[in-house]
Amino acid sequence: MASYNTSDFKKGLKVQIDGDPYLMVECNFVKPGKGNALYKCKLRNLLRGTIVDRTYKGGDSLEAADVTDIDAQFLYRQADTFVFMDNANYEQYELSMEQVDDAWKYLKEGMICSMVLFNNRPISVSPPNHVVLKIDYCEPSVKGNTASNLTKPVKLETGAEVICPAFVEIGDMIKIDTRTGEYLERARG
Amino acid sequence: MSERRDEHDFLPTASWERLRLRAELLARTRSFFAERGFLEVETPLLSADTVVDRHLDPLAVVLPDDPRRPDAGRKLWLQTSPEFGMKRLLAAGARAIYQITRAFRAGEAGALHNPEFTIVEWYRCGDSMTGGMQLVSEMAEALLATGPAEQVSYAEAFRLHAGIDPHAATSAELAELARRWGIEVSPGAAALDRDGWLNVLLSHLVEPHLGQSSPTILFDYPASQAALARVEGDPPVARRFELYLRGVELANGYHELVDPRQMRERNRTANRGRALDGKPELPEESRLVAAMEHGLADSCGAALGFDRLVMLAAGASSLAEVMAFPIDRA
Repeated sequence: MASYNTSDFKKGLKVQIDGDPYLMVECNFVKPGKGNALYKCKLRNLLRGTIVDRTYKGGDSLEAADVTDIDAQFLYRQADTFVFMDNANYEQYELSMEQVDDAWKYLKEGMICSMVLFNNRPISVSPPNHVVLKIDYCEPSVKGNTASNLTKPVKLETGAEVICPAFVEIGDMIKIDTRTGEYLERARG
Repeated sequence: MSERRDEHDFLPTASWERLRLRAELLARTRSFFAERGFLEVETPLLSADTVVDRHLDPLAVVLPDDPRRPDAGRKLWLQTSPEFGMKRLLAAGARAIYQITRAFRAGEAGALHNPEFTIVEWYRCGDSMTGGMQLVSEMAEALLATGPAEQVSYAEAFRLHAGIDPHAATSAELAELARRWGIEVSPGAAALDRDGWLNVLLSHLVEPHLGQSSPTILFDYPASQAALARVEGDPPVARRFELYLRGVELANGYHELVDPRQMRERNRTANRGRALDGKPELPEESRLVAAMEHGLADSCGAALGFDRLVMLAAGASSLAEVMAFPIDRA
């Protein structure tokens, strides 16, 4: 089993502690008093969602989590269950709202997402960094108002709300950065 | 695991506004020392000597005899600070000197560390630790527009924020205290020695309180953490101090050790610690030891992390925000 030394520690690393997979969400290298190196880490349990703070000393190591990343196509949503398919082997996976987390805002049927499997069970899914979605509803824009700093909330075809410049209209296709939830630009239909 | 190369990573990570602030602070640092009669000096980055410290890992560079065999030749060390060179200048008669240069430390990378960084280091003869602390406080006032620094001893800070006497507590007592405060450590870190536990408590319980309203100078460190500071008093403490601002350690100073016999002893202890950690030993004899044999004037010296200074001045939270090209883009 692969393992990571403290010098490999960084945000985003997937490690295994006591059999559970964890995501390193923060890692701060410190050397208080010019002494031994310490790594103050925040780790999220990928099965339970709990966060633990743990301090490692230089030279410690952590096992790599037995996780695989696959490309999964989003098929459909049924109430709070999201169904995906591994395009390589047509295997289907069901994720709960909790597992999908914020990604639900951007999921559109047919979209290829990246999914993390632990022991062959899905534990998280992320949409592409940039997605194009249709505006389902927004207040009409005011004629003649060209000020570019005005914004308004809009409702997307997925049901999520994002903040957009005031000039966008119902039916517009817009590009969003899914990592920040920010509007990027109007996309050609 | 392969990482996708970012096609924009030729760009600096700091904004032009911050790079201009950096240049301005460099100029103001030079005027600060010039106004006080310090001479700006330069010493080699590549040296046969290096600081012997259990926890400081220098980078080795080979000076090839034959350019066709770049790996064979004399080994020199990239300096972890200009300490040795500057003290040799003191032994040669310098009275007040400063230097702004690069320093290199292997394995140190993070929001507040970069393996290559800019260091400001200075020495003034005749200063005791009090004089050295006064000077570093004036420097923070001049460069960061702070009020004068408050001074708190290491022991007082631990009593106040951790509720323990750091000079008397055993390592088992320190470990137990960490546990009571809910500090979770890895199984490997649970075997830390006394200084290791002091550092865990310092970083979790003490440092976050330091330098919050005005800068704080922590002084009189445990004798076991003296590095190259002299040790005096009862209980014996290292005449060493560190300046903190907003929880960030900014400068470290010593009332300098001048005794070559003690210097050799500390080098040996440091190398024994390095051997325990599985790290190569470093040369114990050096031209600094020779300078000490010749006679080193009584002085106080300190070094400041210039990148951290700019970071604090800019209100940023990582060195990458104030350096053009941190190690990932170097």
